[in-house]
Amino acid sequence: MGRPMQVSRYWRHFKEKYRLIGGKCKNCGHVHFPKRPICPECGSQEIEDFQFSGKGKVVSWTIVRNPPSGYEYYKPYPIALVELEEGPVVLTQLTDVDPEEIYFGMEVEMVTRKVREFEEDGIILYGYKFRPPIK
Amino acid sequence: MRKPVIIGVGLTPVGEHWRLGLRDLAVEALLNAMEDAGIDKVDSLYVGNMASGSFVEQENLGALIADWAGLGNIPAVKVEAACASGGAAVQEGVKAVMSGLEDVVAVVGVEKMTDAWPSDATRYLAYAADAEWELFHGVSFVALNALAMRLYMKEYGYTEEDLALFAVNAHTNGAKNSYAMFKKPITVETVMKSSYVADPIKLFDASPIADGAAAVIITTEEKAKEFVDKAKIVEVAGMGRAIDTINLANRREFLFLKAAKVAAERAYKMAGISVGDIDFFEVHDAFTIMAALSLESIGAVERGKGAMLAKEGQIAIDGDYPIQTLGGLKARGHPVGATGVYQTVEAVWQLRGEAPNQVPNAEIGLTQNIGGTGSNITVTILRRV
Repeated sequence: MGRPMQVSRYWRHFKEKYRLIGGKCKNCGHVHFPKRPICPECGSQEIEDFQFSGKGKVVSWTIVRNPPSGYEYYKPYPIALVELEEGPVVLTQLTDVDPEEIYFGMEVEMVTRKVREFEEDGIILYGYKFRPPIK
Repeated sequence: MRKPVIIGVGLTPVGEHWRLGLRDLAVEALLNAMEDAGIDKVDSLYVGNMASGSFVEQENLGALIADWAGLGNIPAVKVEAACASGGAAVQEGVKAVMSGLEDVVAVVGVEKMTDAWPSDATRYLAYAADAEWELFHGVSFVALNALAMRLYMKEYGYTEEDLALFAVNAHTNGAKNSYAMFKKPITVETVMKSSYVADPIKLFDASPIADGAAAVIITTEEKAKEFVDKAKIVEVAGMGRAIDTINLANRREFLFLKAAKVAAERAYKMAGISVGDIDFFEVHDAFTIMAALSLESIGAVERGKGAMLAKEGQIAIDGDYPIQTLGGLKARGHPVGATGVYQTVEAVWQLRGEAPNQVPNAEIGLTQNIGGTGSNITVTILRRV
């Protein structure tokens, strides 16, 4: 399904999706991802940008074998809940890993990857994925 | 406060209705319900539907269905709460009657899903997730539930076979329901041999894509006597609903449906009952894991023990916690926006003593309808009058 006219919709999120920038409450110090206008902990509206380290570990995972249309390219692909070392959990694709090798608590790090293409003259979406760290 | 009651129910069989459109299904169910209630007009219509715009390019369902059902120039709107749209529409209808603004209200839940390619249907269902932070990453709805199922098995030591028991129970009960999509009993082996959709969820852990419509007629206890005998009247004794974070990753707990707990507590309080008074549960088993989490979150059983109820046979019709008495989402089928209304119709059958798979002496039943990955949940308590 090509929807190339949606370009502007995604510009708003480049910072968050390329660099994993979330929010930190100036009032109570709670960090969260993605950044929200209201602190989920104390309700304060004083929120500043917060750069996450990109390091985390796998809380749970699955292998998507019947993807939503538009995501067939990588099928089957692993999706995981990753707990960042600063606390918040993010939903993400895992990359550069054999699905059989994923385990509870596996250490992963954030990388920027192509997430989706919109047909031949459409836009390409990039964003974070997580992979086992390169040591 | 006026006491709301249901005096009529109607439905279509759940299935792949290649020859029927959304409006045909909705009008058929609606007219059946009106006939059951002995009425030929209503004050307003609430339509439960999740994604008609995506599935069949049709919005404005209030006008469409009221118009084609010949209801005249009444107020009619669509109510959307993802897969809990049906449950939410019933509750909106009840609120309208309780408020005194409307005396006789029709609610119809409808979804026409089989006109879409499976991968498109998968995408439309994922619209109930957080588009920017979940669907963006290519997640399907099945996958989100699979994340919870894997964690549940690890946390409490269950196996895939254990959770398969929920599907087996649903199919056993669905086999008795002529309106169910699947009328054939299955075994644990059937579930285990089916292919993975999103590991560890297999095809038979999941409810099917389907078409269908169900309807109920709601009025006050006083008014009901004008239309039907007492035996046909079922009280809507309590209801509650609540939301949780739309994005699963933002939840504090992945194995507890906070919205279900809040909604259930509101419903119990309104009905003046406790969970122990409930004779049967129509919980939202879109996936086997959700049946387990639902039983725990509404307080029927403590955390981690939901799947144990299945292992002990307590979820069967003759068990202490009968669930999915007419097949649930798994076997009856899950036309998403209609499901909450199907649950209501089935609970009414049980309480009228008309169910093909009757829970003996059922007096109080609970329906629980989940939208999103537990992000929007309705709980409704129905009681025999």
